Order: sequence, then C-alpha cells, then structure tokens
Amino acid sequence: MKTIPVAECIWEIPTSEKAGMLVPARIYASDRLLARMDQGVFDQVTNVACLPGIVRAALCMPDGHWGYGFPIGGVAAFRSDTGVISPGGIGFDINCGMRVLRTTLTEAEVRPRLRELVDALFAAVPAGVGAKGFVRLDEERFREVMVEGAGWCVRHGYGWPEDLAATEGRGCLPGADPSQVSARAIARGMDQLGTLGSGNHYLEIQVVPEGGIHDAAAARALGIERPGQVLVMLHCGSRGFGHQVGTDYLRTFDQAMRGYGITVRDRELACAPFRSPEGQAYFGAMTAAANTAFANRQVITHRVREVMARVFGRDARDLGLELIYDVCHNTAKVERHEVEGQVLELVVHRKGATRAFGPGAEDVPEAYRAIGQPVIIGGSMETGSALLVGTAQAMRETFGSTAHGAGRTMSRHQAKRQVWGETLVEQMAARGIVVRAASKSGVAEEAGFAYKDLDEVVDVVHRLDISRRVVSLRPIGNIKG
Amino acid sequence: MGRYQVVEAVALADCAMDIEGDDLDDLFATAARAMAELMVDPATVATTVEREVALEAPALDRLLYDWLDELIFLKDREALVFPGAEVRVETGPPCRLRARLRGGVIDRERTALRADAKAVTFHQFHLERRGAGWHARVVIDI
Repeated sequence: MKTIPVAECIWEIPTSEKAGMLVPARIYASDRLLARMDQGVFDQVTNVACLPGIVRAALCMPDGHWGYGFPIGGVAAFRSDTGVISPGGIGFDINCGMRVLRTTLTEAEVRPRLRELVDALFAAVPAGVGAKGFVRLDEERFREVMVEGAGWCVRHGYGWPEDLAATEGRGCLPGADPSQVSARAIARGMDQLGTLGSGNHYLEIQVVPEGGIHDAAAARALGIERPGQVLVMLHCGSRGFGHQVGTDYLRTFDQAMRGYGITVRDRELACAPFRSPEGQAYFGAMTAAANTAFANRQVITHRVREVMARVFGRDARDLGLELIYDVCHNTAKVERHEVEGQVLELVVHRKGATRAFGPGAEDVPEAYRAIGQPVIIGGSMETGSALLVGTAQAMRETFGSTAHGAGRTMSRHQAKRQVWGETLVEQMAARGIVVRAASKSGVAEEAGFAYKDLDEVVDVVHRLDISRRVVSLRPIGNIKG
Repeated sequence: MGRYQVVEAVALADCAMDIEGDDLDDLFATAARAMAELMVDPATVATTVEREVALEAPALDRLLYDWLDELIFLKDREALVFPGAEVRVETGPPCRLRARLRGGVIDRERTALRADAKAVTFHQFHLERRGAGWHARVVIDI
C-alpha cells in the first residue's frame, strides 16, 4: 500500500489506495517505526477511513500495531450528526487507562522494603484469571458506580476528594445509562471492582532516573522534583463488565447496521449511526463501563495507599501519595474540534491512543492548565514509562490525541518461545526489578523485547509536537495479572 | 478428534486460533478446550463441576460466537473453566446447541493461570465447511 511522506514523521495513504475510503489515512511514525509496523496496521487504518461520517483522516499513532477492527493506536473522529459509533473503535476493555501517583519517597527509602512492598501489593490487589474484587456491591450500588464513577468511590471512603480533579472528566463521563446495560454484563462484572486483570495490565513502582527529567518546570507542576523520586503507576480498565458491554453491542450492531445500509470491510468494525437508537444505547452503556473503569482504578489507588502506609509505617498523606493524573486510552467521547475552518461536534474514537489536550483546554485540571493535560505512556514491564503533556498542535493535528504505549512487535506466543517466565523474573530481579505475577507465562508474554523502543515512540510524538516529553520513568517493582 | 493452533501473525496483542473439527459437534467441543487452555493449564484444575448449557442463535457462526462468550462469562462470573465438553449442534434454523461441560473452579493456590480472555472479536471470524470437516478462525481479545 502506498504511504506518502507528507511531513517529518507523517505518512499518508491516499483515498485512491482502497475502494470506499472517504478520507486519507495518516500514520505518525519515524522511518524505522513505520518499517516495523505489521501489514494489519495499513489494512485496518484504511478500513477505518471507509466508515460513514469520518472527518479529515483515519489516524494511527507511532505505537500502532495490528489489532481487531481499528489498529491499536487508532484515532478516528466522526460527525455526531451524520457519523457512526463503533465498538471496534474503542475495544472491549472500555476505558482501559493509566493512572500515576507521586510520592515523597526516594528509591533509597523504598529499596530496603521493595520485596515486602511488592508482596503486600500483590496480596492486596487481586490479579489474573478468575480474580474477585475486594469491594462488595449489590446491583443497586453497582448501578450507582456506573453513573458516578470515581466520585462514588470517594463518597464511600475509597479515595480523597482531590483525586477527582486529577482524573480525566473528574472520573465521571456524562451520558452513562445503566438501563442500556444487560443483566449479563452486570452479573459478569459486579464482583470485579478492585481487580487488575491480566495481559499487559500492571501495578508498578517506578523511579525517576538520573537524567529522566526533560522539562523541569512541567515536571514541577506534576509534583516531580528530583531523580530518585518514587511513583506508582497503574494500567487497567473496566474488567468483565466493560468486556461484556462491548460483546453485547458488537452483536447488536452486527445486525443493526444492515438496516442502516452500512457495510464494513471487517465485521469487527460493526457500527451504527451515533444518533440512532442503537448508537445512543451503546454510548450510554459504554459510558457506564468507562465510569466503572475510573472506579476500578480509584479503589485500587485506595488499596495502594493502605498498603504503602502499612509497609512504611506512615500515613498515606505523609507519604505524599497524591494522584498526578488518570487518563483513558480506549474510549469514544463527544468533543468539539475545528475541521477545515469549522468547529464540529465529533465522536472521537481512541483505541490504544491517549487524549492529549493542550494548555488552556477545557477539562484540563486547573493545576495543569498552563502546561497541558498530563499524558501517561506505559512502556513494557522491563524498560520504563513516560509522562508527557498535551499540546495545541495535538488539537490541530490529531483531535487532541497521542500514543498510549510502546506497542507490540512480537506475538505473545513468540515471546513465550524466547524466554521462560521464571527466567525473566530472575533476570529482572538481577537488574533490581522485583516482579510478582499471577501467571508466569503472562510475564514472558510481556517481556521488553516483545515491544517497540518506548524512547523512539516518545521521541516521535515529541518531535511531532502532539505531546511534549516531561519525565522518563523506570520500574523497580511490578505486580501483574 | 478436533485440533486447534494459534495463528501468530494475526493481531499481535491478542490470540488468533484456527480450530478444526471432524463435524460441528467436534469443532465446538474443540473450541471449548482451546478456550480453557488459553486461560489455564487444565492439568491444574480439578474436574469437580458439570454444567449443562443450551443456546440458540440465528446463524451457525453466531452460535459459535455465543458459545465462546458463554465460556468467558462463566470464567468471570463463577471462576469456572471447562476443558471438557460434549456438544450437540443442530443446524436449524434456528441453530441450537446443547452441551454438557466438565471442569472446575479456578483455585488461586493450585491453578496455573494463563491469559484472561476478555471477549471474542469478529475480526477474521468465520466458521465454514472445509473438506470433510469444519474450520473456524477466532481472535480472542486478551
């Protein structure tokens, strides 16, 4: 497929490359990252470009790889009046996202108790297949969580009021409609609040390395003062509840789109007009799932504070365990963006892509309004992660979006053939990273060599100015499903 | 006796599988085994639970989709996995399935956990006759 360079690190696939493309596809990547992208990315991003109501271009971020429906790293915006909404553009793990907390602790203080801390966190935050959460809810309370999100948790003592201001959308997206959620989704997910999941989900103890602060003023605004400072990062989503909402509506849309005369190139791109009864029902249910994901990360945050207070014998406030930010990377949100000189209401789908609103934008917490919205890019469990901030250029170029991770380059099976989980845990321990995992094979699947170079992904988004690099982080403790 | 294999080149972060069966009953039973083996090491699950499942769907491929969704649901709702299944499929219409599942509870101390299946995707999803038997491709989001 023809990819035409249109600017540094921007490649375009013109509409002439595939019948039915309504807009071009744009891939953001260095030469090297582009060369390593699998064929699925090109097929999938051009399939997305065929969906009704899409505006400007179908986008793929530099961490993009072959997903299902949309590529992972995909961003697409559809007119809310004439465009569609597609569960395959959001993913089954609705509002999978990242959360990062700062501490006043240093690596020197944490290191002597690191194994005890990792063991205690592993015991306190259920992870892996079949795990049940520690927050017991009846159906009525669970419906409250769907509507209130992280706010429900704070109201019930699972967090601090200021956590909400540091969460995208204050941890509660408008439009949640529990009446559009199936009894099956509720039954599946009601007992999982406070669980981590498996795959690439993790809870990590991280450190700011020497030379890891790239923008001192922005880092200070995020509460990051010096190398050696310890942070806690969390990656998880809406668990079985969100997965079932996605499943239910994929089936619904698979049938419904025929009635709307919509055909798609991949059945996983099943969609319906956003303003149709099916589109609105899914939006209400999907938003309910997004809010439970915020709640999930909030109650895990509460557990982290409890555990760290116990391990270090100090109050969580005294440890400075404050939330820096919580941001989604699997959602569809109604936003206003300028397209060809006109401000339009759009349904912006981000699947494995992070919102990256620039300085001054609405919904960026006041504390960060001058620097831009914090962006959390999670790397592999071996190599590290990064904090960035959103930019005005992202608003112009990518509907206020950027990358979300390092992006896989190797299948899970191939990774397992290259290393045993136990061996990798030992190798990481020798490098000072303590790992506790519910699944040993799951550890092997997440080995650093199965991912792209995070620095290269971050370098591309920084050079493109769709987000600005602030801090690099390296892991010292990892809890996995 | 059915068989399955992981297709590595498809959807890197997920799990694509090609499933073959001598007939539809065999393919559906093999799909259940594949799903269980994706999530746990079956040798570490005591067979203590039997469960009957009946499903109806407008098309055969949708029946397979619903079957796998049911197995994922039981894993999350009741922490149950079922490596063994006897399945009877009626091609209809409507398409129907009756199954007797054999498996057990995921024991946090004893069971070797693998991947947590989130959902069955429609990406490359198909079920078709191939030669004397049946073939399916499924991509599981994990």
